[in-house]
This record gives sequence, structure tokens and C-alpha cells, in this order.
Amino acid sequence: MDDFTSLFSEFDVLGAFWTNIQLTFFAAIFALVVGTVLAVMRISPVPSLRWAGSTYVTLIRNTPLTVIIVFCVLGLWGQLGITLSSDFQRNFFWLSVLGLTVYHAAFVCEALRSGVNTVPVGQAEAARAIGLDFAASARLIILPQAFRGAVAPLGNVLIALTKNSTVAAAGSVAETSGLLRTMIENRPDLILAIFFIFAFGFVLIVVPIGLATTSLSRRLAVAR
Amino acid sequence: MTRSTHRPRRTAGVAALGLVAALALVACSSDDGDDGATDGGTGGGGGTIRIGIKFDQPGLGFKDGDEYTGFDVDVARYVADKLGYSEDQIEFVESPSAQRETMLQNGQVDMIFATYSITDTRKEVISFAGPYFVAGQDLLVAVDDTSIGGPEDLDGKNLCSVTGSTSAQRIKDEYATGTNLLEQPGYSECVTALTAGTVDAVTTDDIILAGLAAIPANEGKVKVVGNPFSEENYGVGLPKDSDKCQAVTDAINAMLEDGSWQKALDDNVSASGYEPNADLNPPTPAACE
Repeated sequence: MDDFTSLFSEFDVLGAFWTNIQLTFFAAIFALVVGTVLAVMRISPVPSLRWAGSTYVTLIRNTPLTVIIVFCVLGLWGQLGITLSSDFQRNFFWLSVLGLTVYHAAFVCEALRSGVNTVPVGQAEAARAIGLDFAASARLIILPQAFRGAVAPLGNVLIALTKNSTVAAAGSVAETSGLLRTMIENRPDLILAIFFIFAFGFVLIVVPIGLATTSLSRRLAVAR
Repeated sequence: MTRSTHRPRRTAGVAALGLVAALALVACSSDDGDDGATDGGTGGGGGTIRIGIKFDQPGLGFKDGDEYTGFDVDVARYVADKLGYSEDQIEFVESPSAQRETMLQNGQVDMIFATYSITDTRKEVISFAGPYFVAGQDLLVAVDDTSIGGPEDLDGKNLCSVTGSTSAQRIKDEYATGTNLLEQPGYSECVTALTAGTVDAVTTDDIILAGLAAIPANEGKVKVVGNPFSEENYGVGLPKDSDKCQAVTDAINAMLEDGSWQKALDDNVSASGYEPNADLNPPTPAACE
């Protein structure tokens, strides 16, 4: 037991988890915004927008997240010199948020499109019939109903994002999976305890998200 | 009627699934089992010996097609030979840093030669023979860089190391608190960043850096500073209380005496002009406890 508690004093376990929560928080907000824009593009009547939206989704959804994060750090920063923060370490944090956002926006877009499919066609036709243009009918009629129908799949995307935030280790961000490696390197005698800490930590973070989205999706579902 | 034809089919499906699962389990367990590898005997005979090495460290432990090269590999071959195993009885297995102790404990490998530093926490779960080499933490810099002569020159510079390694943290804690740290999954990414000019130095043990500097793609572009500031005793990892410890120690002593040790070093890492720390090398293997 002393060994177990010494792991917490020897390594900044809580700090590492906090970094993952921050990565998840910012990437979730940005991905929701970008993903909504993409979803609107994909259902819009303009062919070039639809094409651009589906190209983005096809390209990004089929690229491994590690490749995207490594590209952000070694490509954007390493080769092109793009910095998102004047602080050296913070720069990697934001580059990783960028990578996570780009990747998960594609999944948010698809989750929202599944929500759009729950909206009866009659709703869109009625919106156009009373004189709303596409932008107004999307904003006032379709998207509000689509969001309510897409709560559960969006929750799944959020859960995936939470766990995928560990890929930021490849982008030089000091978070849990990097710390996991450090701890195994230094304390091989406590390997099972170390795995237990991280598994339990993620369960603690992810289970509430699942419960919240399940109850939200029930409460917000449109009765038809 | 349709029901009765459906039911047996479903049962057959379930049975098939169970069979597949059982087969998968058998396949898994035979994978890490001991098909003659761990029969303990030092006499060689019919069995093979499984040796854990790195596959991704040029000059030390490297898999090139189906060839294995490097200093660790040459020492491993020499020791295996002394234990009575011929070349074709050796099976090299990849042993990434994080899995080394587990692989020894589970019997997936019989011994490990993989830049394996002897430490007290590791000794609690496995045994070591050796050291067969004493490395020191050092820096790799661009070949025309004269501004970095040691870790204290790194304030305000960008330094690359591998995620989870202690070496970069040591520099930040003990030498230059103002160092900017880039952590990458592997050393090759670090060397890429170094040759691209994004980082000023790469840090880990000198012999690993020398191996990286010696590969053709990097030759003439990077150099090892040659000012080691730690002491890493590379040992042979063995299962806890292994009966092979004394035989391995004897083999290492023989290798040091007959010149094969120096030859292995020259063949693998000296191309870049690297000289091991002469105060500590060649090392004297410790007695087996």
C-alpha cells in the first residue's frame, strides 16, 4: 500500500489526467463547431459545399489520429514553423488540440447527419413552404431537432475523444499515456498497480459522460 | 417448418464460434509457452534460446530485413555460443523497453540484451549479469554546432528525447531548467527534428547516439558531443534468481579478454568517431549474488 501511494507522490498522476481533461474540453468545443459547419455543408443545396464537406470527412475519418497529431507537431511546427503559443510546451498542447479537433470534427459531422436523418422530410418541406431559405430552415427547424436526435452518437464521439486525447503523447504533451510509459520505465516492480491507476482513472472520467448523454438523449428526444 | 430448419443452423453457428474462440486461445497460449525454449539447460542440445533485443536501435540492436545487427546482438551471439547454442539455435525477439521485465517474468525470453541499465528497482523483479558496457548520457548535436559542450549549455535551447525516458528530465532537473523539451515516440523522429534544425540537441546514452550518428543517412550531419554525464551499466537481463548468471558472467569476461568485445564495438558504433568513456570501459562484470 505504501508503494501504491508512493506512486502518486513520485509522479504527477493527477496533473496528467488534468491535461487529458483540458485537451478533451477544448477539442470537444472546437470539434462541435467545425463538425456542425461540416454537417450543414453536407446537407446544403450547393453541390461544391457538399463535395467539400464529404471530401473532408472521407479524408480525415480514414487517416489515423496518430498521423494527424504527428503531422501537426513535426509538419506544421517542425517544418513550417507554425506556432500557436509563445510558450514552448503550450504550443504542443494547442497543436494537439488542433489535431484532435480536425479528426473528431469528421465524426461530429457524421453524428449530426445521423441526427438530421431523424427529422422527417415534411419538416424541411414545411419550412421552405412558409418562405424560409436554406440557412434559416437549417438553423431554426432542422438543426435543433437534429441535435436532439444526435445526443447519443455525439456522446459516443465525446467518449472516443476523451480516450483519444492520450494520442497527444505523440505530440510531446505531458499527459497520461506518456506518464504511463515513464512510470513503467521507472517502477517496473509495480506494473499492475500502474495499469490499474490509469484504467480506473479513465473509467472515472468516461462513465459519467456515458450516463449523462444517455439520460440527456432520453430527455431531449423529440416525441413523434 | 422454417423454425425447425433455423434452429440447428444457429446451434451450429454458436458451436463454430466457440471452436474458433477455443482455437484462438490455444494459438495465443502456445505463442508465449515454452516449446523447448525455457528448458533451462545450459548444454544447448536440441533446444533454442530466446534472446530479447531492440529492433529499432541502429548499431545496438537492429532488425534489417531478417538480419540482426548491432553491438548488443554481437554480445548476445557470443554469450549464447559460450552457453552452447549455435547461431541457428538463437531466436531473437523484440523487447521494447516497457515490456522487458514482463517478458522475462513470463518466460517469453530467456535473456535480454537491450541497452538494459542495471537499477535497484529492476533488480527487485529480475536478475542481471554484467555489466558488459558502461554508457553515459550524452548529447547529439549538428556536426557544425560548437555552442553545446554539455548539458549546462542547453538553457533556452530545444532538446529532444523519447517519451517516458528519464534522460531529458534529468537535464531539466539538474543542469538547465530553461531547456525546451520535445518528446517523441522514437529516437529516429528526434534525429529528424535535429537535422531539420527544429531542435538543437538529442539526448540519451552515448552509445545509442553513436549508433544513430553512424547510419548512412545521418553520417556527416550529426555528432556525439563526447561529454557523458551519467553512468548507465548495461547488464544482461535474466529471470529472477536464474541459474545462468554465472555462465553469462564468465562468457562476458571471456569476450572482454579475447578481443571480441573491442571488435564488436568497433564494427558497430565507431564509424562516427565515437569513443566510449575510457574510465569505465571495458567494464568489470559484477559477481552473481
